[in-house]
Amino acid sequence: MFGDYSLGDLGSIFVMQGFAGLILFSVYVLMALGLAIIFGQMGVINMAHGEFMILGAYVTWMTSNFFQTYLPSLFSGYFFLAMILAFVASGALGMLVEWVLIRHLYKRPLDTLLATWGLSLMLQQAYRSVFGAREVGVELPQWMLGSLHVSDSIEVPINGVFVMCLTVLITVGVAYVMYKSRWGRQVRAVVQNRIMAGAVGINTEKVDRYTYGLGCGIAGVAGSAFTMIGSTGPTSGQLYIVDTFLVVVFGGAASLLGTIASAFSISQTQSTLEFFMSGSMAKVLTLLAVVGILMLRPQGLFALKVRK
Amino acid sequence: MSDEETKGLLSPLRRKLLMGMAAIPAITMLPRASFAQTPATSAVNTTGLAVTDTEVTVGILHSATGTMAISETGSIEAEKLAIEQINAAGGVLGRKIKFIQEDGASDWPTFAEKAKKLLVNDKVAAIMGCWTSASRKAVLPVVEQYNGMLYYPTFYEGLEQSKNVIYTGQEATQQILAGLNWIAKEKGAKSFFFVGSDYIWPRTSNKIARKHVENVLKGKVVGEEYYPLGNTQFNSVINKIKLTKPDVIFTDVVGGSNVAFYKQLKAAGIDLSKQALLTISVTEDEIDGIGGENIAGAYACMKYFQSLDNANNKAFVPAFKKMWGEKTVIGDVTQAAYLGPWLWKLTVEKAGSFDVDKIAAASPGVEFKGAPEGYVRIHENHHLWSKTRVGRAKLDGQFELIYETADLVEPDPFPKGYQ
Repeated sequence: MFGDYSLGDLGSIFVMQGFAGLILFSVYVLMALGLAIIFGQMGVINMAHGEFMILGAYVTWMTSNFFQTYLPSLFSGYFFLAMILAFVASGALGMLVEWVLIRHLYKRPLDTLLATWGLSLMLQQAYRSVFGAREVGVELPQWMLGSLHVSDSIEVPINGVFVMCLTVLITVGVAYVMYKSRWGRQVRAVVQNRIMAGAVGINTEKVDRYTYGLGCGIAGVAGSAFTMIGSTGPTSGQLYIVDTFLVVVFGGAASLLGTIASAFSISQTQSTLEFFMSGSMAKVLTLLAVVGILMLRPQGLFALKVRK
Repeated sequence: MSDEETKGLLSPLRRKLLMGMAAIPAITMLPRASFAQTPATSAVNTTGLAVTDTEVTVGILHSATGTMAISETGSIEAEKLAIEQINAAGGVLGRKIKFIQEDGASDWPTFAEKAKKLLVNDKVAAIMGCWTSASRKAVLPVVEQYNGMLYYPTFYEGLEQSKNVIYTGQEATQQILAGLNWIAKEKGAKSFFFVGSDYIWPRTSNKIARKHVENVLKGKVVGEEYYPLGNTQFNSVINKIKLTKPDVIFTDVVGGSNVAFYKQLKAAGIDLSKQALLTISVTEDEIDGIGGENIAGAYACMKYFQSLDNANNKAFVPAFKKMWGEKTVIGDVTQAAYLGPWLWKLTVEKAGSFDVDKIAAASPGVEFKGAPEGYVRIHENHHLWSKTRVGRAKLDGQFELIYETADLVEPDPFPKGYQ
């Protein structure tokens, strides 16, 4: 299939395809980070993860409309404010959900699957009632559209670069909070042994609530960022949920590094295969590979060694 | 005959007069007929449908919840508008239309179950409904078994024909061939790259398109790619498009994937004012989600655009917006859904009866001159004769009409040489 192309063509396609893989990698990491905290650290199977993302997307849409109507001069910078608002909104909803629903289920982690699935249906219908069944288009400021022109045949999408930078930023932030801060130590303590952590004076309820809120907040930011590359509708969250779980489970639920490694391997396999065969077949082969590896290594790529 | 009636859309008086006239031939055949415009219920309903002296009940069966609600909402709105207009103009055979709305909930077995409920419990005279081919395939055995009448609005892959279904959207050859001919002639296009979502409609449509490109246009298909429904990452296929440099990108990507595809195409620096792209799956509805700035310049090939400049459409668009809000847009399928209740009304009046068998037999040849897309007529195969049009997407989310076929295109659900 390469016979007809010049070396230069092939070189630039190689670069572009590598970049496509990197963008996919960032997207996977970004959507999986929130779940890595909630599922990985807290053990809650959060089926409503996609809906928390879409809340962020809707917040972005509303912010964009607000700026267009009232502050058109500041429109070019609205996206940063939108991401912060998305974090706050999704995080607040997450904390509310934790208080109403999740905290009663820590001893029955499998039931969280059903509870959060029901929650996701309720949220979808709520979005449909509030924002309408049709998809909404989020208008982006001009500087975020289009691509950077590297050479005649190499163009780098600006929104891809944006997502990559955002992913790095948030990953570093999460890693710092979870592994370097005092609060992160408390979170890990609660996860490992709730009763013991309570006995040494950690307010476990508060830690749980904030951890869940943090995970949902990050999902909101991811949803906000994905308005650049995907659709925003009541059920758009469903598009992400399978991939998200795939990445987290494959990486080894409790490990942040595992999530990143798994996102990297899945995205690179996927985008390489996509280039040589049709998208559907690439997906099938990727999933087969993941299933095969999980059969050999049920704990995922990276598993924490803990005394049970 | 009764076809004349469609002209007086805006004049209730004229309508009533004409309807009275249309009733005359029927009346002469009935023993206990009066000269009122309402024929006796026992005469027009011999199969126990939900028809009274003053009312007739029809069903609306679409997804108001679930994934497909995005697409089907417009159809529900259009059907309700048509019913309201028909009632304002005097109803059907002097009876007001009452509708029962059921929710298919984007779930195909639910569609079948609700269709059965509408036909068996509610005894509806007709069902306006379904959107995806999967839901229609689920409902088809039900309407055939219980002898119902389904008016199906979506453009679809063809390969189907039923006594119990009227297809008010275009089948694949009607929609695709004229568009390909146009772009081959206008742009001198020789090489095509197909991108679609992975299910029956895009696969069948692309099969037809491929045969046409290779056998008729003597061109070349340089790529044919399918992505799972809901896929949101298209960078790899965009790279392949860049590598193969096709004259035309031909797409039938649907749903949320559509939004991702066009956003990423734009972000990858493919300028649709230079690279020709022909889509058969993007209507004004989809552009709402995609954003006009991401798709401006692309060509779409279907039978209706909101911007069509004709008298019917100029009455239809404001009426729709008045009922459903200034911001709503009207896509191809929404317009086709609007045709359903009207075609049913005209057919009932032609048949002089609500009986499904008589309606099925009377359908071929029924004309609707008040259609927003212009004149349409039902073919013997229960599809519509209609024109095919090519529009170019603009920044504001509307299409600018570029080309339309001179004549109505014949529906051909089982195209020879394309299977």
